[in-house]
Amino acid sequence: MVDFKQWEGFNGRIWKMEVNVRDFIQKNYTPYDGDESFLAEPTEATNKLWGKLQELQKEERAKGGVLDMDTDVVSTITSHAPGYIDESMKDLEAVVGLQTDKPLKRAFMPFGGIKMAMKACETNGYTPDPELGRIFTEYCRTHNQAVFDVYTPEMKKARHNKIITGLPDAYARGRIVGDYRRVALYGIDFLIEQKQKDMVACGETSMRDSVLRAREEVAMQLKALKDMKTMAASYGFDISQPAKNSKEAIQWLYFGYLAAIKTQNGAAMSVGRISTFLDIYFKRDIDAGIITEAQAQEMVDHFVMKLRMVKFARTPDYNQLFSGDPVWATLEVGGIGMDGRSMVTKTDYRFLHTLENMGPAPEPNLTVLYSSALPETFKKYASEISIRTSSVQYENDDVMKPVWGDDYSICCCVSATQTGKEIQFFGARANLAKCLLYAINGGRDAKTLEQVGPAYRPITSEYLDYDEVIEKYVAMMQWLAKLYVHTLNAIHYMHDKYYYEAAEMALIDTDLRRTFATGIAGFSHVVDSLSAIKYAKVKVIRDEETGVAKSFEIEGDFPKYGNDDDRADDIAIWLLETFVSLIKKHHTYRDAEPTTSILTITSNVVYGKATADMPNGRKAGAPLSPGANPAYGAEQNGLLASLNSVAKLPYHWALDGISNTQTISPEALGHTEEERTNNLVNILDGYFDQGAHHLNVNVFGKDKLLDAMEHPEKEEYANFTIRVSGYAVKFIDLTREQQLDVISRTCHESM
Amino acid sequence: MKGYVHSIETFGLVDGPGVRFIAFLAGCAMRCKYCHNPDTWAMSVGEQFEAEELVKRAQRYKSYWKNGGGITVSGGEPMLQTEFVTELFTLAKKAGIHTTLDTSAQPWNKDDEKYKKLLEVTDLVMLDIKEFESDAHKELTGHTNENIIEFAHYLSDIGKPMWIRHVLVPGVTGSDESLSKIKGLVDSLKTVEKIELLPYHSFGKQKWEKLGLDYSLKDVKPPSEEEVAHAKSILYL
Repeated sequence: MVDFKQWEGFNGRIWKMEVNVRDFIQKNYTPYDGDESFLAEPTEATNKLWGKLQELQKEERAKGGVLDMDTDVVSTITSHAPGYIDESMKDLEAVVGLQTDKPLKRAFMPFGGIKMAMKACETNGYTPDPELGRIFTEYCRTHNQAVFDVYTPEMKKARHNKIITGLPDAYARGRIVGDYRRVALYGIDFLIEQKQKDMVACGETSMRDSVLRAREEVAMQLKALKDMKTMAASYGFDISQPAKNSKEAIQWLYFGYLAAIKTQNGAAMSVGRISTFLDIYFKRDIDAGIITEAQAQEMVDHFVMKLRMVKFARTPDYNQLFSGDPVWATLEVGGIGMDGRSMVTKTDYRFLHTLENMGPAPEPNLTVLYSSALPETFKKYASEISIRTSSVQYENDDVMKPVWGDDYSICCCVSATQTGKEIQFFGARANLAKCLLYAINGGRDAKTLEQVGPAYRPITSEYLDYDEVIEKYVAMMQWLAKLYVHTLNAIHYMHDKYYYEAAEMALIDTDLRRTFATGIAGFSHVVDSLSAIKYAKVKVIRDEETGVAKSFEIEGDFPKYGNDDDRADDIAIWLLETFVSLIKKHHTYRDAEPTTSILTITSNVVYGKATADMPNGRKAGAPLSPGANPAYGAEQNGLLASLNSVAKLPYHWALDGISNTQTISPEALGHTEEERTNNLVNILDGYFDQGAHHLNVNVFGKDKLLDAMEHPEKEEYANFTIRVSGYAVKFIDLTREQQLDVISRTCHESM
Repeated sequence: MKGYVHSIETFGLVDGPGVRFIAFLAGCAMRCKYCHNPDTWAMSVGEQFEAEELVKRAQRYKSYWKNGGGITVSGGEPMLQTEFVTELFTLAKKAGIHTTLDTSAQPWNKDDEKYKKLLEVTDLVMLDIKEFESDAHKELTGHTNENIIEFAHYLSDIGKPMWIRHVLVPGVTGSDESLSKIKGLVDSLKTVEKIELLPYHSFGKQKWEKLGLDYSLKDVKPPSEEEVAHAKSILYL
């Protein structure tokens, strides 16, 4: 057992014998069940820095969304000289470090794919260094190139026809959360020692390819750890030893995260579950009289400011998929420990309070790990912030804890992984709505008319027969599940090989668990289509020339998902169970555990464009409903009926997450602020007590959205943030198409 | 027995204490000029429900009622289906569910036993006082209101909790004089738990147009914040 003087006052033994941040937290944190009255206002330094950052953000928007880009430096942990929000105010920054040498300047990251890196520059009006283009094309391979080299013609066709879609083959997979707390608790030298031990143990008894790969990976991790020290040293910090106080702890932790975002441009770059951990340091310092509440809040504010600054160079295709420049710097508060103690600390309040001190913002993606057993005071404070800012999402700790323990992080929008013990292979989505049309059309795509799926016999009857459709649909899903898993295997094999996340992996156990996250798009439209076929009569309108089903006519009424009607909801459960069991039949890369999700981010708009008329009456090209949300206009019995439908989907069949986004008009939520807060708590309690997984809460009326769309220049909309499927965006950063989509979604108003 | 239910709203947060499962019943004899649910006037629109089925449905929302909640029957005018509502509330009470009756009391008369039975299983009455003076009431709704005022006193006498609601329509209701009279009525009642002034909104207008009806308040705007505050100062103090 080692003992550092920096650990003075900390309890426990196990975490001193091995890298075990959870044990440290459990032995040392202090639950807080009081109210928010202790919180401090922003300091002068915070106001100055945030003011400057807002100016920069305005400038960025005025320049079309990108302020500055690197064109001739390949981003590595040590590639850039130190950068500050403003050179003249750098002493005000309580937490330092930027991705590049200038604020909001986007780094050049070619390892995921040189073509995309070049294109991202070019489409934003920058000229990348041609020499870099040559190096990454002629002398070394990139992830994107390698994936396309091994794709089969069938995979390419399925991808091109967008039945499997949004795949991380043209961008980094992300979703891998380093345990950045380790840097603060142990210092880099201790972490290096531990990894060196792993290196020695790895390959002692055999030297097969998996062992060699592991040794190479640990070697890369060791280099990353050393580079982190070098990078921190350039900012004037020696992070080889554990942090001795809260200022160092939050700074050390941030350096760990900074190493990750300097080397990886994953779609989701979560910072993880850090608030209870940091609280231990803040409390020790406050108790010792070393810092004040205002200073603690300042550190949290400045740290959050840094998370609001994370940027990556993206291509137009990418922006269509994930609109509004998100990075999913997801950060969790709340939750309950395995021993039943609430993990809410004062720092959980401090993180939520950043939304008051610096106004609403999409990042970090603030997530409350919810349970009705959380302290009432905290539930109320979170609700109050939600109502005021629409910037918070809720996930059910009661359903996640049995699976992931009490130290999991949300690694993207809504998916959980155990911090430092597990990674996820992100797999985007299979469009099950298109798959249903393939079943009806014998594998032909109704939009492109290409034969994409197997040429099974199409349905030829005038009216659709439920049993026949189901039989053909399951067969087609079987094909899709296999192709989908194989495609993801190719992607992750190559990602490990050419774009390995050394910085994050260095902060994760060498022996780790891997999950294999598949996903479903078009969920509610399939459910309602099958319900229409079962309970009403659906007539097929076929194209005379091609025989392909082009459209559908529905005669009669049918139950729809989103009304707490078991007839429709049972179809939803069947669909989820069927798909996930088909996925589980196939071998996954590195024997990762297969999971699935029902979440689509803003990509529901793009996916919808590629999907033809559906038997539930949805028209070709219309956006799919996001995540597990019921179809637009389907909800006829109010919000709670809709929530009850979604709550019926068993989380353990969709361990990667079931996202649900709801918008409530303030008038419907109550007459006074107090009523609204209490009512939101009642809704969250009632929803999550039924075992539901996730809820995005927006509180505003349609009028506000319409006005923001027409008058984006108004000052009040500069930071107007809304929750969409699994993350938050500034509304004015969405494309008009997506704005219209958000507006058309159900807003729950009072009758 | 079966009742005609125009629609169900599971997300009622302003129509009774806590989180309410609201059944909007079909049918109303009044023709209030500002009615925002004219689509509920007809007696047999919507879906027919067994009272038992409706209670079962409502119970699916129990998990949201930890801090209060229950069933609210609104409309339309629920007292036009009094037997049905009585059965519904009786079953609800057996299941331990709080019951609220949102009514304008227009059909009520003191001597009919069925209304007594209904009130026995009603925990709270939300009574809409549209006008105090009967003439004005007739002008606004097409009906006089002597029995409605009597109903208010009756509730007070039997000790039944009530919330009084009044809709503020600029230029139509809400003169200082009329508000003072309503206030006078409220003061004479012993069981009023809450008075709510509801600012008029024009959301109902589209529904009138859709039904091919002439909306006489076309040019009326929702009251300003000052107007609302002024009316509240008379009504609430």
